[in-house]
Amino acid sequence: MSKQRIVVVGNGMVGHKFIDTIIGTDESKYEVITFSEESRLAYDRVQLSYFFSGKTAEDLALTDAAYYEENGIKFVLNDKVVDLDFDNRNVITASGRVESYDKLVLATGSYPFVPPIPGNDQEHCHVYRTIDDLEAITQSGETSKTGVVIGGGLLGLEAGNALVNLGVETHIVEFAPRLMAVQLDDGGGALLKRKIEGLGVHVHTEKATTEIVAGTTSRYRMNFADGSHLETDMIIFSAGIRPQDELARKTGIPIGERGGIVINNHCETGVEDVYAIGECALWENFIFGLVAPGYQMAKVAAAHMHGDSDSEFTGADMSTKLKLLGIDVASIGEVHGKTPGAQSYTYHDEIEQVYKRLIVSADGTKMVGAVLVGDVEAYGTLLQLKLNDMKLPANPSVLILPSSGGEEAAGMGVDALPDTAAICSCFDVSKGDIKNAVVAGCCSMGELKASTKATTGCGGCSALAKQVLDNELSNLGFEVKKDICEHFAYSRQELADIIRVKKIKTFSALLAECGSGIGCEICKPAVASILASYWNAYVLEDEHIGLQDTNDNYLGNMQKDGTYSVVPRIPGGEITPDGLIVIGQVAKEFDLYTKITGGARVDLFGAQLHELPAIWKKLVDAGFETGHAYGKSLRTVKSCVGSTWCRYGLKNSIGFAIDLENRYKGLRSPHKVKFGVSGCTRECAEAQGKDFGLIATDSGWNLYVGGNGGMRPRHGDLFASDLSDEQLRTYVDRIYMFYIRTADRLQRTSVWLENMEGGIEYLREVVINDSLNIATELEAEMETNIENYQCEWKTTIEDPEKLKRFKHYINSTEADTGLAFKVEREQRFPASKKEILIKELS
Amino acid sequence: MEAKSNDTTWTDICPLNDLTPDAGICALFNQQQVAIFLCKQSNSVYAVDNFDPFGEANVLSRGIIGSTADITYVASPLYKQRFNLVTGECLDSEEHKLKTFNVRIENDHIQLKEAS
Ligand code: SRM
Ligand SMILES: Cc1cc2nc3c(=O)[nH]c(=O)nc-3n(C[C@H](O)[C@H](O)[C@H](O)COP(=O)(O)OP(=O)(O)OC[C@H]3O[C@@H](n4cnc5c(N)ncnc54)[C@H](O)[C@@H]3O)c2cc1C
Ligand code: SF4
Ligand code: FES
Repeated sequence: MSKQRIVVVGNGMVGHKFIDTIIGTDESKYEVITFSEESRLAYDRVQLSYFFSGKTAEDLALTDAAYYEENGIKFVLNDKVVDLDFDNRNVITASGRVESYDKLVLATGSYPFVPPIPGNDQEHCHVYRTIDDLEAITQSGETSKTGVVIGGGLLGLEAGNALVNLGVETHIVEFAPRLMAVQLDDGGGALLKRKIEGLGVHVHTEKATTEIVAGTTSRYRMNFADGSHLETDMIIFSAGIRPQDELARKTGIPIGERGGIVINNHCETGVEDVYAIGECALWENFIFGLVAPGYQMAKVAAAHMHGDSDSEFTGADMSTKLKLLGIDVASIGEVHGKTPGAQSYTYHDEIEQVYKRLIVSADGTKMVGAVLVGDVEAYGTLLQLKLNDMKLPANPSVLILPSSGGEEAAGMGVDALPDTAAICSCFDVSKGDIKNAVVAGCCSMGELKASTKATTGCGGCSALAKQVLDNELSNLGFEVKKDICEHFAYSRQELADIIRVKKIKTFSALLAECGSGIGCEICKPAVASILASYWNAYVLEDEHIGLQDTNDNYLGNMQKDGTYSVVPRIPGGEITPDGLIVIGQVAKEFDLYTKITGGARVDLFGAQLHELPAIWKKLVDAGFETGHAYGKSLRTVKSCVGSTWCRYGLKNSIGFAIDLENRYKGLRSPHKVKFGVSGCTRECAEAQGKDFGLIATDSGWNLYVGGNGGMRPRHGDLFASDLSDEQLRTYVDRIYMFYIRTADRLQRTSVWLENMEGGIEYLREVVINDSLNIATELEAEMETNIENYQCEWKTTIEDPEKLKRFKHYINSTEADTGLAFKVEREQRFPASKKEILIKELS
Repeated sequence: MEAKSNDTTWTDICPLNDLTPDAGICALFNQQQVAIFLCKQSNSVYAVDNFDPFGEANVLSRGIIGSTADITYVASPLYKQRFNLVTGECLDSEEHKLKTFNVRIENDHIQLKEAS
């Protein structure tokens, strides 16, 4: 049997989804060719605005040429399909190409509606739909002081955000009396307007633009129907979208009264073997301007072609949760009071600027809709109540009241959801699907993402998906794989909580409390580190010695031959000539190999156990402290000279680096922590590659978190900008302590951040907005640690008892007879077995 | 435990107090380096060769002791291979086995004796 030839017109999100679904089925049956009018293959339009915060076209790409080629998908870019010939089953493109089809899929999406205002087609007038549009907007932004968005709907606010990011004075002009007229009611719209104005964006409602003419102070002047006007340098039209049904109109495929290609439940159009999916399709007189319903259509159409006529498109929910200009907004179900007899509960907090409205059925038992502005925590619960038509609790107001709006508080845990409940609408993953995935062995969010794709679209479902996953795991009696080792049935984080809450001070007490056996090389150092983080006790107390790696026990890194390295702290990399001389003298006296490290300090190698105290005594006497090169703790704060010397320096990076190093030195953490402080954006301190990176700006510090070098380099994420010294210290205190509390054993901040639900956004919530109400506690813990700091080497050399352990033999003063050295480039190195043998023989 | 009659061949190493509970020390015994460990929970002492055959350095006394099922072991501080403290067998490779020594606490002293 010859292959079926499928032609897909449009390679947007939905067209690609269709192709991807076909690839996943029996692709050998089909030959697929797709056309796009755009210059690139499908990309994530939903995330389009991230283009302004640094994402590139590649980052947004949903697929690439290699993937299509591998799977035998042909594609033609930059070529618009301009005609269809149903008799001969051909499509004809602008470039004159003719291709035949057995099945035709129209996935042409929609186009932005530009109101017919005279002057709307001038140079700096844009729409907001494609990557090309955004590139043009960026260019205009470079020569503009003021910008206007026409349209205060969802997309208009996103466009407004883009203008703010471009640094132009931003205005939003809306024809309707409120913002987001489709999703919000009057109260919600009014609060949103106030919040947006609070951010310095000017909002003008009930304004109808009549013409765009040349301006006097700016490039253009917009005249409004009420006689007022506004001057601006650029304009973005975001007045709604229209289904792209040009081809259908031209060729007679039935379309709706107000546009849109009419489809049935199988996504078939009025012409045989022609399907329409996505935003161009009109189902029951309804256009779905969201991606999730489009994805459902793609699946239905693919299934139907495959001979499965059971699968049907039966409409989709249009609830949305968004962050617009940093403000959380959500709308669920029907919110305009069109349901007869519906009643509502409203919660409005003018101080905290939170607005919530819950609309319920006449008998008060079912939910009709909800609007949330400023606090959308209840979204997950409310959405599920609505989607599954569940019975409301006796007193529905608890669902929106503060502190009881949360998932558990309202007593509607995920357990109550039916299996059909949609958890991830982007990828159509239901609670039942997650259940099946768990039965098939999926135990973590990572595995769930890989097997179901849940949460990998808009991400709005992450919290809920995690809850369902955890719930399923425990329901099925699965043990979640997080035990640190066979001796404790707890994760590092749980152990840390137990230690903190029960004020446990020793490993044996912890073992008695909740462990078994005698421990091992995994749990012992992890617990030692937690004990040190919380109680910052001297690590060489007898109780702790057996717990630590040798590096911590002898306060030096063990080298390959069993000798140790010596690394004095050199805060910020700044050292006096006298300090350098002392280090040189000590190195010379003990014949230590000397090297400038990658961390901008000096490492002395080859010290034997019995020599360590004498070496450190000299260093401590000269004012040096331990550099903790051995500990899972603060390593170095790398700096550049900054404004004190450098002609470009904006701030005193070296002075601040030294402050920070002294503030956090000694603090034990799940893994080592490094800082970098650069005096300007030239970034000579490589701050973005460090756990905490600071870069001076002309108005403060930009703070980056989660950078890493090592095996898997990663640039830190920008956490906050233009911070004062004080703010910066507070934020770092909180983040650092939060990392100590919640990270896994041996997890650098980079991996910690990557695994954090909600990522950097969530971290900001916790640290800046104190969403967990723990900021004071975190700061207090940090303060205690700072107060308890001691130089471990100083304490050790002052205690004769402790010094007893610093010799190779307990019953002899001899040195390790197994050691052998050789000299190269005038310094001492460990000799290899072969070298020792040769020496002995000669 | 050893019969009393063998006591003459035991060598005194150090006072028990010199040992840190749950940590190791190294002793010089018959020109050999011996790693000795005191496990507090079971109040037992163990003695094995101090030389790590993987890292090829005299460091085992500085390893961490641990248990898996009912085996007590030491993990090398260099590359973390684990050695059964009673038999000297390596839990992570059949290639290497440590020499073991007889060890006991007598009059609050640690004593060693070559294993027969
Ligand atoms: C001495 C030094 C290399 C040098 O000759 O310059 C060095 C030496 C060691 N590094 Fe490093 N690292 C040194 C700078 C770095 C840097 C550069 C930096 O800090 O700017 C990095 C990459 C940055 C980073 O950490 O993100 C670095 C990434 C690592 C890693 C990989 C960490 C990761 O997240 O992938 C390890 C392994 C680990 O920690 O698990 C490591 C581990 C080690 C250890 C501790 C390996 C070991 O267990 O024996 C080395 C022994 C140090 C010693 O004996 O004193 N070292 N190491 C540098 C000491 C800096 C200091 O003054 O303290
Ligand atoms: C800024 C922005 C933010 C958004 N945010 C969200 C959100 O948060 N959540 C959400 O659910 N949705 C959001 N959307 C909507 C979402 O992007 C769309 O629902 C989705 O892209 C629709 O997919 P589609 O394939 O139907 O259309 P499109 O992605 O528009 O793809 C259609 C493609 O077909 C091409 N084409 C059209 N006609 C032809 C022709 N004749 N020949 C060849 N090619 C043709 C077009 O050039 C286009 O590339 C957002 C949209 C934008 C612009
Ligand atoms: S790169 Fe490897 S070899 Fe070099 S210092 Fe770091 S850990 Fe040692
Ligand atoms: S709902 Fe969008 S990713 Fe799950």
